[in-house]
Amino acid sequence: MKTFLIRRILALVPVVFGVVTLVFFIIHATPGDPVEIMLGETASPADRDTLRKELGLDRPLVVQYITFIGAVATGDLGKSLFTNKGVAESIAERYPATVQLALCSMALAIIIAIPLGVLAAARKNSAIDTGAMAVSLLGVSMPSFWIGPLLILVFSINLGWFPVAGRGGIESLVLPSITLGTAMAAILSRLTRSTMIEALDEDYIVTARAKGAPSMTILFRHALSNAILPVVTVAGLQMGALLAGAIITETIFAWPGIGRLTLQAITARDYPLAQGCVLTISLSYVFVNLAVDIVYALVDPRIRYK
Amino acid sequence: MRYSSFSFFIGVTLTTGFVLVALLAPFIAPYSPYEQDFYNGLAGPGALHLLGQDSLGRDILSRIIYGARVSLLVGFVTVFISATVGVALGAVAGYFGGRIDEVIMRISDIFLSFPGILLAIAVMAVRGPGLENVIVALSIMGWTGYARLARGQALSLREREFVLAAEALGAGPLRIIFLHLLPNIAAPLIVEVTFGVASAIVGEAGLSFLGLGAQPPTASWGSMLSEGRSFLLIAPHLTTFPGIAIMLVVMGINFLGDSLRTALDPKSKKVIRAV
Repeated sequence: MKTFLIRRILALVPVVFGVVTLVFFIIHATPGDPVEIMLGETASPADRDTLRKELGLDRPLVVQYITFIGAVATGDLGKSLFTNKGVAESIAERYPATVQLALCSMALAIIIAIPLGVLAAARKNSAIDTGAMAVSLLGVSMPSFWIGPLLILVFSINLGWFPVAGRGGIESLVLPSITLGTAMAAILSRLTRSTMIEALDEDYIVTARAKGAPSMTILFRHALSNAILPVVTVAGLQMGALLAGAIITETIFAWPGIGRLTLQAITARDYPLAQGCVLTISLSYVFVNLAVDIVYALVDPRIRYK
Repeated sequence: MRYSSFSFFIGVTLTTGFVLVALLAPFIAPYSPYEQDFYNGLAGPGALHLLGQDSLGRDILSRIIYGARVSLLVGFVTVFISATVGVALGAVAGYFGGRIDEVIMRISDIFLSFPGILLAIAVMAVRGPGLENVIVALSIMGWTGYARLARGQALSLREREFVLAAEALGAGPLRIIFLHLLPNIAAPLIVEVTFGVASAIVGEAGLSFLGLGAQPPTASWGSMLSEGRSFLLIAPHLTTFPGIAIMLVVMGINFLGDSLRTALDPKSKKVIRAV
């Protein structure tokens, strides 16, 4: 296990370095003068020079890159151009809201997906299976930017059950979680179905059935406990995707998370803030994937002996 | 009806239907997608305008019909670019192995470290809004999946007898990759490409929804949805119909991909007992 951990963490180093490099070059590839974009064409040359110096844009690109790597390593992501607040501080304020939303969406997806997938597998090729899989495909096909407004229309505007937008009590979490979690529920239910079908074909299931074990025991104790591992892995990996997917959901529901902050920073061309947000989301994704790999190796010894 | 035949039927019907709608848009759209009628802005569905009118009085049905062109064009072009680049790099990595493989796969790892739409948003922020840039952004995001698929297949095929025989007969690497390896990965590639078109369509609509994709007055389903959001309370049809269009086309392509996967994967034909 120790060797696996060391190997996995070492493999992460070039990836993290690559992510930081790519973020730097994406942001610095902006055509035209970023200072002019930020200040507008009417700004005086003196103002432009001051901002250019402040951002370090007057130095060669290589020097800027090295400075950026050093700053990221120490957690210094600079200051927002518009609020003048520290980027790291702004992100730290918004990050918990996104994590809360992503966790709730994931929980909701798992609660729906696993029973649906088990049921479909247990009744393979029946009307129930066809129906469940058609519903899950429908879930994958409905984009969050459509589900969100529809949910607002029905449950907030017409029925008045939930708030239209913002982050408040538990009720404010319901609609954004459904919006973000629907596609995930669909993906996980399809995966649960296919892993369950494979598990149900194993010899130990035939043995359990021959010994007269009840159907529910066979399904949940024998098959599901073996089929769940890939589902948990994908769920974990999708957690990172949820953090990014939150950009659209947070925009729809005015949810004060890092996704909305990213979009605000990008549209306002607040480039230190945009850089910090993109970097934070992608590094979160990388570290969530690492955590999932480690947990998977802990649970399944075959992985760490590969 | 079995799920596979059901999904194939729905998939082919919806996908063909939308492709025809996109191709025949000028002939079947009742109005020009840009024709404004300010006096009837936000009018609901009726006899003259079946799906109603938007805030500028433009016919929503006509805009949805023309919007199919944008969605499918972005979907197909993006997949063409990302699959070509991805498969070429993946096949080269898998066939040659060693350092080439290591470099290509590490680059792919870095791109994979960016969750889906984030990379596209970042690229759009740099390049500015517009459909060409949407295609570039989505292609940059999408090539890694094809590269991994092609690499995996090339790795498993390169030691097979037919490849060794071709090498023994003096075939060069390019000939082996194009004539011997690529035809053998066609089946999983077709499935991947099908799902790729669906995700590119959603990607375009998402970027347009965020205001980073197609720009006014282009009829794009994503930007129509975004505009409709401002009138949700008084004119919900502005949001409902473009959303249904996105859902139907994506569902059609997903059903098609699903049935192709079942048809092309020999393992999925195995008879499995239900409990």
